[in-house]
Amino acid sequence: MSLLEFARGPALEWSLIIFCFGLLWRIIGAMFLLRKGDISKPRRNKPIRDGWTGIISRSAPAEAFEASIRFQHITGYAWHIALFVSVLFFAPHIEFFESVLGFSWPNLPNTAILFTAAVATGVLLALLIRRATHPVQRLISNADDYISIFVVLVPLITGIAAFAHIGARYETLLAVHLLSVELMFVWFPFGKLMHSAMTFPARWEAGTQFGRRGVKA
Amino acid sequence: MRKDQNLGDYLRLQGVSRRGFLKFCSATASLMALPPSAVAQVAEALATARRPSVIWLSFQECTGCTESLTRSHAPTVESLIFDAISLDYHHTLQAAAGHGAEAAREAAMEENSGEYILVVDGSIPIDNPAYSTIAGISNLDMLKEAAEHCFAIVAVGTCAAFGGLPGAQPNPTGAVAVGDIIKDKPIINVSGCPPIPVVITGVLAHFLTFGTIPELDALGRPVAFFGQNIHDRCYRRPFYERGEFAETFDDEGARKGWCLYKLGCKGPTTYNACATLKWNQGTGFPIQAGHGCIGCSEPRFWDYGGFYEPISAGKWGSREALLGAAAAGAAVGIGSALAARSRKKKAMAEEEV
Repeated sequence: MSLLEFARGPALEWSLIIFCFGLLWRIIGAMFLLRKGDISKPRRNKPIRDGWTGIISRSAPAEAFEASIRFQHITGYAWHIALFVSVLFFAPHIEFFESVLGFSWPNLPNTAILFTAAVATGVLLALLIRRATHPVQRLISNADDYISIFVVLVPLITGIAAFAHIGARYETLLAVHLLSVELMFVWFPFGKLMHSAMTFPARWEAGTQFGRRGVKA
Repeated sequence: MRKDQNLGDYLRLQGVSRRGFLKFCSATASLMALPPSAVAQVAEALATARRPSVIWLSFQECTGCTESLTRSHAPTVESLIFDAISLDYHHTLQAAAGHGAEAAREAAMEENSGEYILVVDGSIPIDNPAYSTIAGISNLDMLKEAAEHCFAIVAVGTCAAFGGLPGAQPNPTGAVAVGDIIKDKPIINVSGCPPIPVVITGVLAHFLTFGTIPELDALGRPVAFFGQNIHDRCYRRPFYERGEFAETFDDEGARKGWCLYKLGCKGPTTYNACATLKWNQGTGFPIQAGHGCIGCSEPRFWDYGGFYEPISAGKWGSREALLGAAAAGAAVGIGSALAARSRKKKAMAEEEV
């Protein structure tokens, strides 16, 4: 079995098994946690509207903080948009998703993907450097932060190398790229990458709680 | 061609002009990635070369490799050079049969001991020697005997080079490649199903010119011919870059000649010279005919996944395992949440007390 066959076969299957297991464990576990009982009369009873308000209002920083967190604000959006475009609209990625999900969607030109992947890599590197050098960020960062950045950064770098055929033969680069993605799948449910699944439900929950208490979300 | 005749004399007798011969030498030097200054050396060596003895053994194969090498549209300098080797044994092509043929092989091996080139096409069954025999001799025994005193071995075709189709799962005959058996002789793998004719003549030209084996890649293939993948040299590559793909074999993209990646083309992981040397006198190659590369020059290409599955697609059994994992994860999630609830309730009760 070649490295590529291993990456496309057993390694992929087991990484996705761990990913699905961990993802459901974390999500269901969080959903069924005990919450405090409703011991007061809600100020207003519009949980859906409050939930959406929570999601939308937290998608931009509060005006008072905007000036001090502009860098994180802009780079955060640049990084996530560039990453999603690179992952979701590259033709070989779509072929991969189709093999797992059973359906596909249109792709973008490779040159556009190369640009977004380069942006995502550059921004993530800048954020990593800032995290490692900024005194406050350094203080609040732990191993989970660095591991999570590493397991996302490596697929980006190996993906660009595979696309550009830099450093080794294509099949080796493709195998290393797939293995790095599989490492991310394995780490995903157990580290801070889980925010991808938890962010919006958490904002929704916060929005409904604030609404119930009559607090501006 | 008489045995005492050199190649230059033979080609002149066949009507090949000096200009035509030098053109071939230039092309051969270029194919072998030699500098222009080497053309004169190639011409000198080829013109004065004595015909090398070649013994061709065909084992578990379909004769496609022989067909590829002999069924060119018109006589070319390459084919004339191929004719000019002393093909002392090839049971498909030779007129002699039975004991006469075997006697010719044994005589050639004795007469040219240590100098003859052994060409092998087809894989060798080792589970049971009786699966494939020639004149009652098993392929394994014949290969070992013929390899013992040869100068070098050229494994022609993917079956001889890597086991090929006979070695595909479940490999009922225990088929193996030449290199799995012979360890003490230089082996040049000229893989492909079938290999490109000019590659085998290029390898022979290298022998005749330098008396050595050419530079080989990690799989024992001549780098000059197998150094680059099909994808890098494919004329459809610009469509890949633009993200323009044929989705089916008869859609608009297919008619416009767009990239065949989504239809399972293995060009990115296949190393061969099809996109540059091409087939049928340089007329075209499979991708030019509208079908993706199936990766036939790579080891175990038959078991590499479906010919029509894209390279980036996952290669695994089913989604049931994922559903099972998700169900197990959900169960553990519920269990851990219930345990947490229980702990919390207990803590709250203790707090109230």
